[in-house]
Amino acid sequence: MLSHLPEYTQIAMLAVIGVLVIATVIQFLLSVKNPEKDYRELRLRVTSWWWMIGLLFIFLAISTNAAIVFFGFISFLAFKEFLSIVPTRQADRRVVFWAYVAIPLQYYWVATGWYGMFIIFIPVYMFLFIPMRMVLKGETDGFIKAAGILNWALMLTVFSVSHIAYLLVLPEKNALAGGIGLVLYLLFMTQFNDVSQYVWGKMLGKHKIIPRVSPNKTWEGFLGGLFTITLVAGFVAPLLTPLTRIEGFIAGVIISASGFIGDVVISSVKRDLRIKDSGQLIPGHGGILDRMDSLLYTAPLFFHYLYYLHY
Amino acid sequence: MPRALKILFFSLIVRPIVLVVLGLNIRDRHKLPVTGPAIIIANHNSHLDAMVLMSLYPLSMIHKVRPVAAADYFLANRIKAWFSLNVIGIIPLSRQGGVNRDEMFAACHAALDKGDILILFPEGTRGEPEQAVKPKKGLYYLVKDRTDTAIIPVVIHGLGRALPRGEALLVPFNCDVVVGDPLPPVASSDALIAVLTETYARLSQHCLTRTTLK
Repeated sequence: MLSHLPEYTQIAMLAVIGVLVIATVIQFLLSVKNPEKDYRELRLRVTSWWWMIGLLFIFLAISTNAAIVFFGFISFLAFKEFLSIVPTRQADRRVVFWAYVAIPLQYYWVATGWYGMFIIFIPVYMFLFIPMRMVLKGETDGFIKAAGILNWALMLTVFSVSHIAYLLVLPEKNALAGGIGLVLYLLFMTQFNDVSQYVWGKMLGKHKIIPRVSPNKTWEGFLGGLFTITLVAGFVAPLLTPLTRIEGFIAGVIISASGFIGDVVISSVKRDLRIKDSGQLIPGHGGILDRMDSLLYTAPLFFHYLYYLHY
Repeated sequence: MPRALKILFFSLIVRPIVLVVLGLNIRDRHKLPVTGPAIIIANHNSHLDAMVLMSLYPLSMIHKVRPVAAADYFLANRIKAWFSLNVIGIIPLSRQGGVNRDEMFAACHAALDKGDILILFPEGTRGEPEQAVKPKKGLYYLVKDRTDTAIIPVVIHGLGRALPRGEALLVPFNCDVVVGDPLPPVASSDALIAVLTETYARLSQHCLTRTTLK
């Protein structure tokens, strides 16, 4: 199934599946060793990882367009989840409908490689269109908040996420990895950063960074994650991306630091709404925004760093 | 034949819409009754309310789950009546006064005697989007002599945004379904309304979706 993909991409995918196998074995051994403990949450988490990575790999392997549709669908789920937890006005139902229509359009620009349109469609055209469509309805109570929420939701869940898909249509600069290599690099550095910040924080964490938003985030966890990801990103970069090793180190810093910011931005949203999870879509993880929070920041920032240096 | 239609309709149309276009946050799903006779009483804001609740049941038993629906609305013309009775399997209920209560609830009792699970909206109308209306007293007269029937309260939130009354355009939104414990027996219709109002308020706290600007 994977044999038509570039060599390093295949190796990266197999490595990820290897990590999942190890996680599954550990989880199995833990529940055998301590039968009295409840590992339901851990089991759900690992099973969900199999689903998420399985679906991602299948769509990446089918074709570029299939993968673009897949990321478009993720944008749809994330946008819907965002608008469901934040308040929206009943009067704006039709405006929200038009905002949904922006999703297939944005991914169409991606599929055709129309960079100019991809980069301005939501920040310019949708930004101006949404308030205009709201005016036609004529409801002015709560107008400012409602316009802000809709534009913010589109920027985070559609504009940001579509940068992942655009990596697939960039001209090939590393024949051994291709566009899929870029996507894998971004996704795994982002998720691995979440994990390593968590592990470093658990081991050494003392000094809280922003206790009011996220009481479990510590300087030790943040810096430990930054250190780990910088190293790993530097050494993996020449394999999966056109970046040199030095450029890869900097990519690691960007991904690690901005991943942290994405995480706490979505945490602040949830704090404001007084909810713990944004949904129940992914068992053991919560909603799709809970899983994608870091990616909302890392995707556009990594993309434009790469784009500036090599395109 | 109607059973096959119902299974087709729910597996090919309702379930995909509920799973993909809507998306559910379900709390305490295991509290839904799996055997009748039972009555699910839910708040009402959208035609989707009954569809969502029915979609939570396996297709093998979906013919046992039957919404109680207003006869004046759902039997208003022949196409609507055929669809409501044969595909959805509603139990029509007269909302006009003048009929005596035993006659009014005869079909409900017959279904409960068969072991069906009824879905009932005690507010009696979908009302304004996402706003609760005081429950009507009819429910009490339906259940007061039925000691065999569990009454399960359910709060649904968010569907009044996806498809409110008077709108034909379905806009995707996630919605919450919070299932409560069976209601205790009560001595009067006022007591039932009080218990119900309190229960709905408590269950609503578990909703993730928000519909009003603070």
